[in-house]
Amino acid sequence: MTVEESNGKLVIQAVKNAVDRFGASKDELIPILNDVNREIGYLPSEALDEISKLLRVPKSQLFSVASFYRMLSTKRRGKHTIQFCESAPCHVAGGQAVWLAVKEHLHLNEGETTPDGKWTLLTTSCLGICAVGPVMMVDDDVYGNVDASLVPSILDKYQ
Amino acid sequence: MKYYRSHVLVCVDPECLKKGAHEVMDALQDELVAQGLIDEVQVLETSRIGGCDSGPELMVYPEGVHYSNLTPDDMAYLVEEHFLKGRVAKKFVTEEKAFTDEELGAPTAKEIRVVLRNCGKIDPENIEDYIAEDGYQALGKVLSEYTPEQVIDEVLKSGLRGRGGAGFPTGKKWQFARASQENPKYVICNADEGDPGAFMNRRVLEGDPHAVIEGMIIAAYAIGSNQGYIYCRAEYPIAVKTLRIAIEQAKNIGLLGKNILGTDFSFDLEVRMGAGAFVCGEETALMASIEGLRGEPRPRPPFPAVKGLFAKPSNINNVETFANIPQIIFKGADWYASMGTEKSKGTKTFALAGDVKHSGLIEIPFGLTLREIVYDVGGGIKDDKGFKAIQTGGPMGGCLPEAYLDLPVDYEALNQAGSIMGSGGLVIMDDETCMVDIARFFMDFTQDESCGKCTPCRVGTRRILEILERICAGKGHPDDIETLEYLCEQIKDDSLCGLGQGAPNPVITTLKHFREEYEAHIFEKRCPAKVCKALIRYEIIDGVCTGCTVCARNCPVNAISGERRQTHVIDPDVCVRCGICMQVCNFNAIVIN
Repeated sequence: MTVEESNGKLVIQAVKNAVDRFGASKDELIPILNDVNREIGYLPSEALDEISKLLRVPKSQLFSVASFYRMLSTKRRGKHTIQFCESAPCHVAGGQAVWLAVKEHLHLNEGETTPDGKWTLLTTSCLGICAVGPVMMVDDDVYGNVDASLVPSILDKYQ
Repeated sequence: MKYYRSHVLVCVDPECLKKGAHEVMDALQDELVAQGLIDEVQVLETSRIGGCDSGPELMVYPEGVHYSNLTPDDMAYLVEEHFLKGRVAKKFVTEEKAFTDEELGAPTAKEIRVVLRNCGKIDPENIEDYIAEDGYQALGKVLSEYTPEQVIDEVLKSGLRGRGGAGFPTGKKWQFARASQENPKYVICNADEGDPGAFMNRRVLEGDPHAVIEGMIIAAYAIGSNQGYIYCRAEYPIAVKTLRIAIEQAKNIGLLGKNILGTDFSFDLEVRMGAGAFVCGEETALMASIEGLRGEPRPRPPFPAVKGLFAKPSNINNVETFANIPQIIFKGADWYASMGTEKSKGTKTFALAGDVKHSGLIEIPFGLTLREIVYDVGGGIKDDKGFKAIQTGGPMGGCLPEAYLDLPVDYEALNQAGSIMGSGGLVIMDDETCMVDIARFFMDFTQDESCGKCTPCRVGTRRILEILERICAGKGHPDDIETLEYLCEQIKDDSLCGLGQGAPNPVITTLKHFREEYEAHIFEKRCPAKVCKALIRYEIIDGVCTGCTVCARNCPVNAISGERRQTHVIDPDVCVRCGICMQVCNFNAIVIN
């Protein structure tokens, strides 16, 4: 089996799991897309094809939804996603210095993915944890009171 | 349920953490273990007890004793006195006073906690904790004693208005939904709290989820609905988790699902997660998102009460609105209406942010003035600088100058002043803030979050941003102010939803109250607050400079030249205005002009 074939199988399995979990209903589209996006890291074209087939929704409509929401991506993303809060309260609390440290540590700019496919760096709207800013989220883990010196130890936790 | 005779809540706010709150907590736990009390006394983390100035601090319940100025070494004495001998360890108690129910837990005298009453006090993942605080009593009362019409009357009488920001009377909204004949009907909770720096709803969802759920069940009973949705933004994973646990627990003991409390009323509740789109906080966009579509707003009418989710009658309220409902029913509409102003009743939660000493969540009765909020509740401006402006209502709100500080905060007063209540973000700015830059910052946010469906918002916000960026860069045109005013008016009048209609507010209000700053940027190429980088110059004062060369050695772009022991000079064409030279200078010889 080639890499492409095995990847294709993974995608189809991920879609099937999500549809089984939420039901093959159009109303469940966003939960399904979220689930697949989380499982694979993004929404490859094959995933949209498969969802389109199972939900009987045109792919164009799936794409319109997938491209609308910030947390869904039709572009390949890394294994781990860093979401950095760029809102005013975190900015005031020294967020800029931490942001630069993250960028420097991973050699990434906003929206980019490392060549080894491990990290994607994104900014996010307010996470609502402003009392402990600057704040960042790695996958589902939230880190508050982050300063530049803590960045390497936080990122080292992820394999 | 495990029984504890005492609960100790240790404040772990940043300020207390800095002073060693965790060390105190560890020492406390060790001491409880040593004394064999660990199974009787539960130690929990909490935030904002209200005395971070004298932290580390903790509260002991059920007595409600507040201890502050603690060190790890004090714990042996505290445990012995309070938990072994059962008497208050007076030397750590800073003030003794009797609190009313509403005041209990309110950090400053002007605050009243209704919506936040349980936050930090109960375990949100344990329904029994909520029930012990009179939880689900209101639901019982409603199902056994009230007709749906009576519930609506009670809510109308309380004067409760939509806490999402628009301030529409909640009882009226319910009346409209009840009057719709079509079935099924839906009850929706808007938990898509997206305003930067505003996290009131997150606190309620994570700290007291059952209050929201109980409010929704009562609303469902009032309008005649059997299915509800809580739409929570994906940026709040902990809130989603807490809600799911709470719903599960409520289902298990028959407070959700079929035949609630043995009556023939049934109601089911589901949590739906967003996927990161600010505009989904707008009610019609939110409903589109639940339906699995792009979260784009729809024109109104038809209003949601007639044609909402899945084109069925729907009632949508904000988290805070629902969280108020159980207490309005339980304690009565008259109690609720006794707080607040003539037209805005009750309390409102706000998130204080920006250049204020005590930032964070507050809950106050309507009618307090902005001055009381900033100085009495918020502790005044950071570093005792001067007050310049306060932005109310989030990115769609307005900036109000000092002249408005004595404005009582209610829906009408803020609207008249050209701002809005919004969901409750309050950003306080000191006198070193450039208002043009602030307008640019907010416009950057709204143009990024514009969903793109209607042209005035999509194109208009972009054009405004371009002009503001130009002004901040010192390239403003003489007719820019006029163009901005024209664009603002058009966008406000012609946009489809609240996002576009509110987007120009920061620009309109700063133009109205801080016009001279715009003029200084455009005509004199000067930033009075010395913020806009293109309009400021770092200069070295001759005579003060000792020629120590520290600035020249630290300048990242080698813009500073000069001989040792001679006054140095900054080349403005090379300088990138990073400000490092000013920070490293030991003689305060560098100034911004």
